[in-house]
Amino acid sequence: MIGLSHYLIISGILFAIGLVGVLRRKNLLMLFFATEIMLNAANVAFAAVSNYYHDLTGQMFAFFIIAVAASEVAVGLGLLIVLYKKFGTLDLDDLASMKG
Amino acid sequence: MEKYVYIALFAPLVSSIFAALFGMSSKKNFVGVIASLLLATSFMASATLASYIAEGGAAIHVTMMEWIGAGDLMIPFGFMVDHVSVTMMVVVTLVSTVVHIYSIGYMDHDKSFNRFFSYLSAFVFSMLVLVMSDNFAGLFIGWEGVGVCSWLLIGFWYHKEDVSPEVNPSISPSWAANEAFIVNRIADLAMLVGIFVLYWNTGSLQYDVVFAELPHLDTAILTTAAIALFIGAMGKSAQFPLHTWLTDAMEGPTPVSALIHAATMVTAGVFLVIRANPLYSMDAVSDVSYFIAALGTFVAFFAASMALVNRDLKRIIAYSTLSQLGYMFAAAGLGAYWIALFHLAAHAFFKALLFLGAGNVMHAMHDELDIFKMGGLKQSMRATYYYMGIASIALAGIPPFAGFFSKDAIIETAFNEGTLILWIMLVVTAGMTAFYSFRQVFLTFNGDHRYKEFGIHPHEMYKFVLVAMSPLALLAMIAGFFQGSFQEFITKLLPNYEMSHHTHELVYYLGGLVLVVAVSGIALAWKKYGNGLKRDEKCENSFIYQLLKNQYYIPHFYAEFISRPYALVSEMMWRNVDMKIVDATVDAIAHILYFSGDKTRKMQTGNLSHYLNWMGVGFVLLLIVAAITTVIG
Repeated sequence: MIGLSHYLIISGILFAIGLVGVLRRKNLLMLFFATEIMLNAANVAFAAVSNYYHDLTGQMFAFFIIAVAASEVAVGLGLLIVLYKKFGTLDLDDLASMKG
Repeated sequence: MEKYVYIALFAPLVSSIFAALFGMSSKKNFVGVIASLLLATSFMASATLASYIAEGGAAIHVTMMEWIGAGDLMIPFGFMVDHVSVTMMVVVTLVSTVVHIYSIGYMDHDKSFNRFFSYLSAFVFSMLVLVMSDNFAGLFIGWEGVGVCSWLLIGFWYHKEDVSPEVNPSISPSWAANEAFIVNRIADLAMLVGIFVLYWNTGSLQYDVVFAELPHLDTAILTTAAIALFIGAMGKSAQFPLHTWLTDAMEGPTPVSALIHAATMVTAGVFLVIRANPLYSMDAVSDVSYFIAALGTFVAFFAASMALVNRDLKRIIAYSTLSQLGYMFAAAGLGAYWIALFHLAAHAFFKALLFLGAGNVMHAMHDELDIFKMGGLKQSMRATYYYMGIASIALAGIPPFAGFFSKDAIIETAFNEGTLILWIMLVVTAGMTAFYSFRQVFLTFNGDHRYKEFGIHPHEMYKFVLVAMSPLALLAMIAGFFQGSFQEFITKLLPNYEMSHHTHELVYYLGGLVLVVAVSGIALAWKKYGNGLKRDEKCENSFIYQLLKNQYYIPHFYAEFISRPYALVSEMMWRNVDMKIVDATVDAIAHILYFSGDKTRKMQTGNLSHYLNWMGVGFVLLLIVAAITTVIG
């Protein structure tokens, strides 16, 4: 039987993968993917907990997150294209222009 | 009548603001003229008020607005014109009008001409606030106002260099200004304490309320208040031991010396004692009042003795001012308040005249003040000679001039009270006064022309200045005749003081004695100095001469035992406490921030990936903190 803890573990693993991706990857596009993974990890957790408590609020919240993530990607990808056109690369090590 | 109160009070303020508009620009004659006209307006209004009060009008109270209201404390911005304040108003505005006109001539070549008028009018305004206020708070504001103006005006030539005493016995104006200001602060602290004590125990600062409450207060409280207020008066009126600033204040322009340091501001202390006469005439504080009289007598004698040997024209007059203030305090301390006020008024006229005459001499002698370098000036400066002669006769107390009546009344009071020691000292001082004032006149105007070897060509002052001085000369001559009517006028408010029957019988002998002493003082001055200066080496090297010449070594004493230790302590505090504790703490905080900023600067690489890593670190740290607080909490 698959219980709440399985879902939460999956969610935790996904979140960790996303976090490592955010910390370690150097390509901005990859960073976006990693952020999406973290968001969806949260969605999984929300849906699971919501089902566990028989309370629809959590699932509603998951929909909100999906909507926000979609709009974020729409804006974010547009920005990435502009950045790529301007610098010819999306590697963060090459984009450092504000060194203190 | 209310509008005259406002005109009298605010015309000088308007004048000051008007002159201040031109403060930074070059000399403009019309500034002086308009300032003088406004002051004359103020004088006219004061005179109108005086005649109204003299005709039996009731004292005028005006309350402009509520000024301070906090809890139970209510201080209105109120003014009161009664017999005492109207007398002061007339004296102040009359002398200051003359001094304003005089200054147009005297400050002729000064590039800060407009600024001078601004300060001078501001002084008159403050002085009027002081005398007209109907509560102690207003009095104190005026008191501080005149202090500030005095500071501004003593230090008017602040750019003058400090020179060593060998070259010139005077000191720099900025030093003198600071000295005057600081000495007055010491006294003002005591005065504030006195005002607080009265407020604490009566719940009000209005004169009428406070004075009505006085009989219900303890002796200890009354004594404290009386002493504290008198210390305030001692500072402003330069009584011993706070007297040193007044002679140094002569560094200011001469019209300032005439107006502030002779005729008006320094008499504020006497005015305070007269105004607070319900307090000082109580039996509970009779010891304090006697102390005031004794101190006044001592200062009269003490200051006159220093004037005997001084060579600086203005300083001699300054010492005589001190001495005459001593006379006023003697009268006030003995309960003869109206006589003190009468001497105050008479003294204002002849002393202002004397100073303005000294200003003419200074102008003619190109700022030379040493009377040993003058002599024979009466040929070239006849009008000034007459003016200073008149003023000196009045000061020496020769009838029928003003000084005779007022000073003689004080000396009689001392006799009448049975305080024989005070009486003897005051009589001796009268002789000394006559001697030093005529020593100065003879050395300046008679005898050989000693100035010639210094290549000075003296010339008389402008005509209009001499004309402007004439009201003072007239009053110095005739003010004494108004003694009777003044007594009748002022004793409607102040307690009357009549000589006893016994004194009354002796009055001609007493007056005659004082006159003989004064005339012999003049005769001695004529014998020694009438025909030129003969230096007497033996006398000048004697101990007493040196003691007097060095002002009893009191300035040295203050410098050595107060200023120097204070400077040493300050230096120590600066090096040890300020630098090593206060500054070090502040610097350490700054250093920590600077150091940590410098170290963490390297975090900012501009690389987004690094930032995200740091964010991760922060996230982990927050998690740890949250975990710890959960476990502990």
